[in-house]
Amino acid sequence: MELIRLENICKTYHLGEMEVPVLKGVSLSVKRGEMVALMGASGSGKTTLMNILGCLDHATSGRYWFEDEDITNYTSDQRAMVRNSKIGFVFQSFNLLSRTSAIENVTMPLSYGPKVLSDHEARELGIRLLKRVGLEERIDHEPSQLSGGQQQRVAIARSLVNHPPVLLADEPTGNLDSRTSKEILSMFQQLNTEEGLTIILVTHDADVARHASRTIHIRDGMVESGVYASSAHSSEVSR
Amino acid sequence: MSWFATKFHSRTLRTAFRALRRNIMRSALTTLGIVIGVAAVIAMMEIGNGSSRAIQRSIESMGASTMIVFPGTAASAGVTFGRGSAVTLTPEDAEAISRECPAVRVAAPIVRARGQVIYGNLNWVPASMMGTAPAFLEAREWGVADGEPFTDQDVRSGNKVCLLGQTLVRELFGGVSPVGQEIRIQNVSFKVVGVLALKGANMMGMDQDDILLAPWTTIKRRITDAGSTNTSSSTTVVSSSVNTLSSLYPGAVKLYPEQSAAQAANTPLPVRFTNINQILVAARSPQQIEPAIRQITELLRERHRIRFGQPDDFNIRNMAEMTKALSSTTTLMTRLLLGVALISLAVGGVGIMNIMLVSVTERTREIGLRMAVGARGKDILRQFLVEAVVLCMLGGALGILLGRGGSILVRTILKWPTELSIGAIIAAVVVSVSVGVAFGYYPAWKASKLDPIEALRYE
Repeated sequence: MELIRLENICKTYHLGEMEVPVLKGVSLSVKRGEMVALMGASGSGKTTLMNILGCLDHATSGRYWFEDEDITNYTSDQRAMVRNSKIGFVFQSFNLLSRTSAIENVTMPLSYGPKVLSDHEARELGIRLLKRVGLEERIDHEPSQLSGGQQQRVAIARSLVNHPPVLLADEPTGNLDSRTSKEILSMFQQLNTEEGLTIILVTHDADVARHASRTIHIRDGMVESGVYASSAHSSEVSR
Repeated sequence: MSWFATKFHSRTLRTAFRALRRNIMRSALTTLGIVIGVAAVIAMMEIGNGSSRAIQRSIESMGASTMIVFPGTAASAGVTFGRGSAVTLTPEDAEAISRECPAVRVAAPIVRARGQVIYGNLNWVPASMMGTAPAFLEAREWGVADGEPFTDQDVRSGNKVCLLGQTLVRELFGGVSPVGQEIRIQNVSFKVVGVLALKGANMMGMDQDDILLAPWTTIKRRITDAGSTNTSSSTTVVSSSVNTLSSLYPGAVKLYPEQSAAQAANTPLPVRFTNINQILVAARSPQQIEPAIRQITELLRERHRIRFGQPDDFNIRNMAEMTKALSSTTTLMTRLLLGVALISLAVGGVGIMNIMLVSVTERTREIGLRMAVGARGKDILRQFLVEAVVLCMLGGALGILLGRGGSILVRTILKWPTELSIGAIIAAVVVSVSVGVAFGYYPAWKASKLDPIEALRYE
């Protein structure tokens, strides 16, 4: 079952008079429960593609289906709702709120969600998620008191707070040393295999991409390989 | 702004507090502008109110809230005799006015007289010699410097007592206390019971201390009506210019036998009519003058049985000039304070705006992140707006405390009159919230319009 389908996505930036085409007709699909790596050199358009996948940006043309729903022409408020409840974001630079405790960072997206949890419920959920990423000892620590790997784990817990079907990780190990990187990547794999979470890893590092079951290569705004998952490669473990 | 009301829940407020606490020093310094502004407004309003009340009181003591009721004009064959020549006002009118008009604080009858005052070998003709009641001193807010004022009992029994103004004391007694001395007016001797406080000249430059006050009954019966046949309608009191004894002790000699109750019922005697020259009326406050005039007019028309459409048989004169001076003093003061207040709050507001703009720039990444995890533009707008309003409200609250403290300090240390102004406090709260909204809106709007992609990558 397809979770995400892009069809002929084009994105053109306007720099003054000049038109800079970044994506030149990208079509791809991601099945539910897959762990996909999106690879490409810098300047290949993979960040732009990730922004479009993450509903942060409009495509200039083309169509985007998410859970069989055409979200191409969603308004910015509708896209905000999709980001809130359907997509979990993990960033290279963690992007935690400074001077804010881990648990408050984790539960922060709840305040923009459609359902209102009581303070107690929110805290319970936050603690459960922090336990899930192995930080039950650090619930009330602030980001400055955490190591890079721990911060990224808080960020992962935050991305899971609204139970999204897909997790979008943009260079999640870019700021981490190799040992911590491994920990984080194995956590992604664990989430993928144990909970059937669809994960899209955006990276330029082949070692990172190896952890995924499928790699989509982007070059010069075009998909070079790995467009559609073959049934042999898909890792539909839980579904 | 319905979303503001409906989706305004405690979490937004808590987020705002958390954001402000993250930069507690800067928040404190930012709100300092509002604190000082509001404190200044409150303190100024309280001190200003106190001093304008003090000024008001002193202008009032000059008689700003008093008015005088004169009888109307008598005319005979087309010849008018000028204001006050009609004989229509009675002491009962004065009593009725002070009893029945709610806007009137006090009313006193006045009988004017003129004559020579003699003490020992000195004599003097005071500028005004008035028969009145103790209410007169109340209406004029005039105290007694020495001795005691005469009483209502003195008025009822027509005692020969009097109060002297300072000028009269100087002229007749040369500064020696006259209390207990006897003076003579037209061969009637009066006991001086007190000396009036120094009043000085009035606005027209007339010496107000050149005055003698006595019970109006005494003046009426012994000075003005003595020797005239003005009370010819009276049936009970006999006054004769021939019989000096009866002029000194009216009513002491009964010319007619007492009536029995049945006789009295059968032949109702005309009520003894005593007219007075003026009624001095003090309204409860200068603002109450207009309603007081209305009420007095209504009452007197009824009492004098004047039909609808017929002219009044009396006139009411107030101190319009003084009242105007009074109200212009207060409005000037209020406007001045309002100007100062607005300037200081605008300065405070600009400070808030400045820091909110800095805060938005500084927290661009946070905004980007919040948008990435699903915050809509209006969520961001609300967050920053609430932050600004919370900042302003905290500043306002602190400012109110500081302003109150300041005004209490001024009152206790400098002994300036201050007065609690609830209006100023309400205004301060309203203004600080609106400053928060007005000056917080632009930065919040700017934040809400950020592009999440750019914001996330902002360094």
